[in-house]
Amino acid sequence: MKCLVTGGNVKVLGRAVHSLSRIGDELYLEPLDDGLSLRTVNSSRSAYACFLFAPLFFQLYQAASPGQDPLRCKILMKSFLSVFRSLAMLEKTVEKCCISLGGRSSLLVIQLHCKYGVRKTHNLSFQDCESLQAVFDPASCPHVLRAPAKLLGEAVLPFPPALAEVTLGIGRGRRVILRSYQEEEADSTVKAMMTEISIGEEDFQQLQAQEGVAITFCLKEFRGLLSFAESANLPLSIHFDAPGRPAIFAIKDSLLDGHFVLATLLEPSPHSPELRQPAPPLQAPSTPHPDDFANDDIDSYMIAMETTVASEGSRTLPSISLSPGLQPPCNCGPNSEEENEAEPSAVPGTPPPKKVGAEVEAGVGRPGRSSLRNSLPPVPVPFAVLRLRPGRGTLPPGPQPRAS
Amino acid sequence: MKFRAKIADAACLNHFTRVSSMVAKLAKTCTVRISPRQLNFILADKVASGGVSMWCELEQENFFSEFQMEGVSAENNEIYLELTSENLSRALKTAQNARALKIKLTNKHFPCLTVSIELLSVSSSSRVVTHDIPIKVIPRKLWKDLQEPVVPDSDVSIYLPVLKTVKSVVERMKNISNHLIVEANLNGDLNLKIESELVCVTTHFKDLGNPPSASADASHGRDPEQMAEVHVDIRKLLQFLAGQQSTPTKAVCRIVGDKVLHLDVLHEDVSLQYFIPALS
Repeated sequence: MKCLVTGGNVKVLGRAVHSLSRIGDELYLEPLDDGLSLRTVNSSRSAYACFLFAPLFFQLYQAASPGQDPLRCKILMKSFLSVFRSLAMLEKTVEKCCISLGGRSSLLVIQLHCKYGVRKTHNLSFQDCESLQAVFDPASCPHVLRAPAKLLGEAVLPFPPALAEVTLGIGRGRRVILRSYQEEEADSTVKAMMTEISIGEEDFQQLQAQEGVAITFCLKEFRGLLSFAESANLPLSIHFDAPGRPAIFAIKDSLLDGHFVLATLLEPSPHSPELRQPAPPLQAPSTPHPDDFANDDIDSYMIAMETTVASEGSRTLPSISLSPGLQPPCNCGPNSEEENEAEPSAVPGTPPPKKVGAEVEAGVGRPGRSSLRNSLPPVPVPFAVLRLRPGRGTLPPGPQPRAS
Repeated sequence: MKFRAKIADAACLNHFTRVSSMVAKLAKTCTVRISPRQLNFILADKVASGGVSMWCELEQENFFSEFQMEGVSAENNEIYLELTSENLSRALKTAQNARALKIKLTNKHFPCLTVSIELLSVSSSSRVVTHDIPIKVIPRKLWKDLQEPVVPDSDVSIYLPVLKTVKSVVERMKNISNHLIVEANLNGDLNLKIESELVCVTTHFKDLGNPPSASADASHGRDPEQMAEVHVDIRKLLQFLAGQQSTPTKAVCRIVGDKVLHLDVLHEDVSLQYFIPALS
């Protein structure tokens, strides 16, 4: 494989690596006939990301030497990122970047041709690997939301950098709502600040979802893709389904496309008594309403506070009655083919992680589900795990942008 | 107990945001006192906070276009809340370029101060950000610990030089010593001094001027050349200096001999008093 990136595209490539580096520790580089693909998956297999750079993105693109099968490789994200670490340097000094694999040396060679004839060569050792391929299909997701990356970037700005997860949903009046997701710990006395932003439907290019649907996903990975999409000034589409099903974040233009597949949080089922809905459904009183400022139910609060003054030891708060959410426990729907052949999962709606892992790591047997679960780092919430399948280099069809 | 307020003016909003970020730099958690005329940010003199205390005061009518409150009772028409000052500051920072900001006391999932911000967006549509800041309502019997501190009679009071200069001096001194000696006299001289086994560094400020002293002051009849001094924790002073982002209208430093360093700052219509206890 040999490819040559020139001019501003070097920085684009660099930015893509930066956003991939927010997800996984290993980068899968695979030259395909329809372009160079860079993919990664995180250690708990709850997030997968891929970029596909079309042959036209490159000055020169050769997937394989004539008469040879294309090679693919797995490298440490850290070492690949270090080549593209400084975006300012890429922009100012690098004129072209040449990536080659499968030459005489068994190394991935990245050459940066800089100003004044300076040439930097990075030789990265790699491992052979199977193709990394997550099973997803944007077209199967019933809900789609599309907006300029700038809008979504502004929407996540108010959230604290340390916040792990965010809930995205459609609220009253078809307003798109993003809200910080807090795990409810029964004994925790320290409450975190809850932030919520609500944006009118008219700011979105496409909004195909009914009121009341909501998903919760990791903010860090989303920010990663957003920063890429913002710099490329591309619209971002979010394809999603019921809670617990993966959400697909996609960007596309003529030279590249990017897909981030993130697991979403499986909401505790509303009828299990010990798991209270962490936040009221998206019809919360904070949803803007002309008279909201004037007519909130402050009196119930007042009573509680009077109690506090009298006996500060035992604080009794008025019980907030939470309706069990607009979202019905939706693990229904016609299951896909893969799902039918899957073992029944313990958690309804969670895609069974049976295809994960071993096959990706070049066909070392199939681990039992329990061992896989054990190998996961502690995930505090029942996140669905993504399924990956060993593929032979065909990407699933990208999202078809629909006319709004 | 009710409280709701609104800021509609951009300049007021920016000013209020600055105050909140200053408070966040000075205190991790603070008490907000809401009364019909004033809003106070209070840090009580607790051992946990190293004995530092703060009293920040602003007239509500200078900031809010709407301000309604109802205290615990008619004769105790006040509300005392405790919150994480970082939360308030972070919430207000998202209000830059906002059309309007509303603050109210609510009880959503827990008692909170809800900051609701109407942002300007490119299209005509409204975009609303809401922050629910968790609070603890402070019961009435603890109010007595949260009253305005009595300014002690000082030995010397002196106008401070430009705070940025003081900050850069103190910042460098911090690398050498944890203790700072602040010395001043009634002749307009202020010295900042550190001493270690190897070195003694003093920065002298001259002709700073002294505010006219009240007649009951301890400084009455004092030799103008005689220095009053106080040893303080250098980090505490630096914390105060780091919080002062704009140049104050007035900044006075009062030394109460080996008891306390009292910093009294006025930013337009916000007054801040900061007390750093003396090290023995």
